[in-house]
Amino acid sequence: MSYKAKFKVWRGEGGEGRLEDFTVEVNEGEVVLDIIHRLQATQAPDLAVRWNCKAGKCGSCSMEINGKPRLGCMTRMSTFEEDETITVTPMRTFPVIKDLVTDVSYNYQKAREVPSFTPPADVRPGEFRMKQVDVERSQEFRKCIECFMCNNICHVIRDHEENKPAFSGPRFLMRIAELDMHPYDVADRQETAQEEHGLGYCNITKCCTEVCPEHIKITDNALIPMKERVVDRKYDPLVWLGNKIFKRTS
Amino acid sequence: MENSINTERHEYDVVVIGAGGAGLRAAIEARQQGKRTAIVCKSLFGKAHTVMAEGGAAAAMGNVNPDDNWMVHFRDTMRGGKFLNNWRMAELHAKEAPDRVWELEAWGALFDRTKDGKISQRNFGGHEYPRLAHVGDRTGLEMIRTLQQRVVALQQEDYETHGDYEAYIKVFAECTVTRLLKDGDAISGAFGYWRETGNFILFDAPAIVLATGGIGKSYVVTSNSWEYTGDGHALALLAGANLINMEFIQFHPTGMVWPPSVRGILVTESVRGDGGVLRNSEGKRFMFDYVPDVFKDKYATSEEEGDRWYTDQANNRRPPELLPRDEVARAINAEVKAGRGSPQGGVFLDVSTRLPAEEIKKRLPSMHHQFKELADVDITAEPMQVGPTCHYIMGGVEVDADTGAAAVPGLFAAGEVSGGMHGSNRLGGNSLSDLLVFGRRAGAGAAAYVDGLAARPKVADDAVEAAREEAIAPLGRSGENPYEVHHELQRTMNDLVGIIRKPGEVAEALQVVEKLKERVALVGAAGSRVYNPGWHLAIDLRNMVLVSECVARAALLREESRGGHTRDDFPGMNPEWRRKLLVCSTEGGSAVRVEEKIQPRMRDDLISLFEREELSKYLTDEEMTEFDGIAKS
Ligand SMILES: Cc1cc2nc3c(=O)[nH]c(=O)nc-3n(C[C@H](O)[C@H](O)[C@H](O)COP(=O)(O)OP(=O)(O)OC[C@H]3O[C@@H](n4cnc5c(N)ncnc54)[C@H](O)[C@@H]3O)c2cc1C
Ligand code: SF4
Ligand code: SF4
Ligand code: FES
Repeated sequence: MSYKAKFKVWRGEGGEGRLEDFTVEVNEGEVVLDIIHRLQATQAPDLAVRWNCKAGKCGSCSMEINGKPRLGCMTRMSTFEEDETITVTPMRTFPVIKDLVTDVSYNYQKAREVPSFTPPADVRPGEFRMKQVDVERSQEFRKCIECFMCNNICHVIRDHEENKPAFSGPRFLMRIAELDMHPYDVADRQETAQEEHGLGYCNITKCCTEVCPEHIKITDNALIPMKERVVDRKYDPLVWLGNKIFKRTS
Repeated sequence: MENSINTERHEYDVVVIGAGGAGLRAAIEARQQGKRTAIVCKSLFGKAHTVMAEGGAAAAMGNVNPDDNWMVHFRDTMRGGKFLNNWRMAELHAKEAPDRVWELEAWGALFDRTKDGKISQRNFGGHEYPRLAHVGDRTGLEMIRTLQQRVVALQQEDYETHGDYEAYIKVFAECTVTRLLKDGDAISGAFGYWRETGNFILFDAPAIVLATGGIGKSYVVTSNSWEYTGDGHALALLAGANLINMEFIQFHPTGMVWPPSVRGILVTESVRGDGGVLRNSEGKRFMFDYVPDVFKDKYATSEEEGDRWYTDQANNRRPPELLPRDEVARAINAEVKAGRGSPQGGVFLDVSTRLPAEEIKKRLPSMHHQFKELADVDITAEPMQVGPTCHYIMGGVEVDADTGAAAVPGLFAAGEVSGGMHGSNRLGGNSLSDLLVFGRRAGAGAAAYVDGLAARPKVADDAVEAAREEAIAPLGRSGENPYEVHHELQRTMNDLVGIIRKPGEVAEALQVVEKLKERVALVGAAGSRVYNPGWHLAIDLRNMVLVSECVARAALLREESRGGHTRDDFPGMNPEWRRKLLVCSTEGGSAVRVEEKIQPRMRDDLISLFEREELSKYLTDEEMTEFDGIAKS
């Protein structure tokens, strides 16, 4: 069952690097991350890669496999031909630290710029009452494992370093939508999404949705509805007020 | 040249090592009490092991069954742990868990709901009532993200008042602590390295909270990630603290068995809580044959009764698939050994014939996804194959229940790295709530300790220099590959100190560990200091070997079977042993000493919560006479 596969893996640090060739054993049922680990154990002990859960739950092992953003732990070797050369590179939008490990601090910085959940001051812990249907929309977005592959693929920043300061990327625009749709959040989210987080840069290409390993409909369910509301509000601020009032059906 | 003088240095009031549920909750508390707080973790922020927890957090809120309350939860926890638990911890946990869960909701968590809009609760093994607050089967993710976002909220507050997000709470991610530092008896700081650069870092702090999680990476088949190398356990030991209950390791009954590369990855207990059943190769629901005497009157005796329980819990007893984990794991082990296993060496776990496909996808989305992607199995159409996997260590740092304080002044511990709360076996869902309850208490304990200090302990330069030399050593050596040493340790522990323990095998394991110690001292790591996993593993090996020695030594001494410790030659529980804890300590780290210690007696009002008949299954005659005295007065 096992065979030898050809891999090209990006190796390097300090801004320099190259693709290195490896021939490595592959066994039944293995995923790309297993092969990277085998390389570490047998041929390249200092090959750098992030991982934790090995089950698609933590979002650590994001990499580009044959040019596509993927989780290494969820990409089965059986999806490739045995004679195919598999190319593994780090995420392109973020600076490389070493080999497959990138500096993703951009994401943590953007996370910090989104104002936190703001419940009404008079609701105490234990008093929240929400209907399942009302939390489901935000729950979809909270499935996010922060693999940052959506931010990695989004063309607004993929090859445009200059847009990074003004654009939070799909992950954090979606976080704003999540809070906006939270039945108890009272902060005004829509204007800041547009003015401070660059919602206007998004031209709904849906590339983010396509790469999301959690299959979250980032564009359809988070970005587009938010764009629509921003537009509505420009004409009629009452629409915003109405939305807030009707959000809680309990 | 880099030396102890020019090592990057930070001063804090409280340094929390670990950014899982326990660490984050501790750090939030310390910061809320006005302490300058650092959070240090090996992975990126938000990736700690807690993220993987699936089923839920146990808290007796009584949202689904109003009969639930802290006393029922307390009883279930003590029963699950076979009465070896630190009863004070079990009490605090049962009383405070609801508040801790509600607090998460106020910080933005979105749990699944009941019809009347409250937090929904699900059934789990060993819990009398539906008790686990959950979000589908990704509860840990919800919890860690909420705590992470709470930390960010506090940082935003600090930005408003001080113009600096990191004025009072800062995360040092991808940073590994390798030594705790002391001034005389008391903690004075911690030493570590940045994974990214390999540069060293020094924390000057009077209080340290350990929240480093577990030790599963000493075993081959485990649900645990690379982070679980027992660092906190080892750091505490080396700093002079004690570990208790190290012989008790929870083998979760349902890990994936195929494909080989994912062997051990967890299949959540919610599958059974929501109706899934275990069958052997003959199609038999074998768990009915494995209900132990102490649980006989609490579990269904027929499939019909067990099935009725899901809809009518008042008039039926629960199915035996929901026995505590140690029982289920041993049963599966026995079925496989008897030749009634599944083709891939496990047993069958089936939910496909029990719930409609849509319902399965809704309640168990990540299991559906996991099997589809990793094993090509559609759990809505066919059974899964599962077997036991090393999952959780009940043992850990001996702490004061109320404050999380360890024996070393200034050292605190919470979460999986601490010991006592779960006794000999942890109930599912009791960890996530444990993290919140005792994370908060340890954070508060550390803050109060700092307030009470007359003078700040000092970091000694020579200790920093020694820590630096220890950490850098593997890079300079051209010794053995650390991966090989690690693999041998994993095999040894898995084969010789696993679910069923034979004294001869455990003794053999100790001999291997002794030899591995020598090899660990000689391993070499190729490459540079920049993000070098080989070097990191070489450093972690010290901890894994030390902790494995604790597990094996304690396992050899405890001559009974209880919870997560099963001795082939002593198959039953022994009330005399229930009263005893095994305490591990070391001087200098070269050898582990294990001593017996008598458990403190349970408070009268707590022991009175149990029926005499139940207690008589666990306690000695002497203890029963005492109990009768209480009952009379
Ligand atoms: C797959 C799976 C499912 C589970 N499901 C449930 C469930 O449904 N319900 C439940 O109650 N429990 C569950 N558990 C158990 C529970 O998740 C863990 O016990 C719990 O999350 C441990 O939390 P913690 O805060 O103690 O540590 P962790 O979340 O593991 O965090 C440990 C932290 O310490 C850091 N660290 C470790 N060593 C060092 C060092 N040397 N230097 C710096 N940082 C360090 C790590 O980087 C990490 O940030 C599950 C466990 C697994 C594996
Ligand atoms: S839909 Fe918008 S956010 Fe998503 S990739 Fe396209 S431009 Fe970027
Ligand atoms: S939204 Fe999806 S792709 Fe983006 S970070 Fe979250 S999980 Fe990853
Ligand atoms: S290792 Fe966690 S998502 Fe791949």
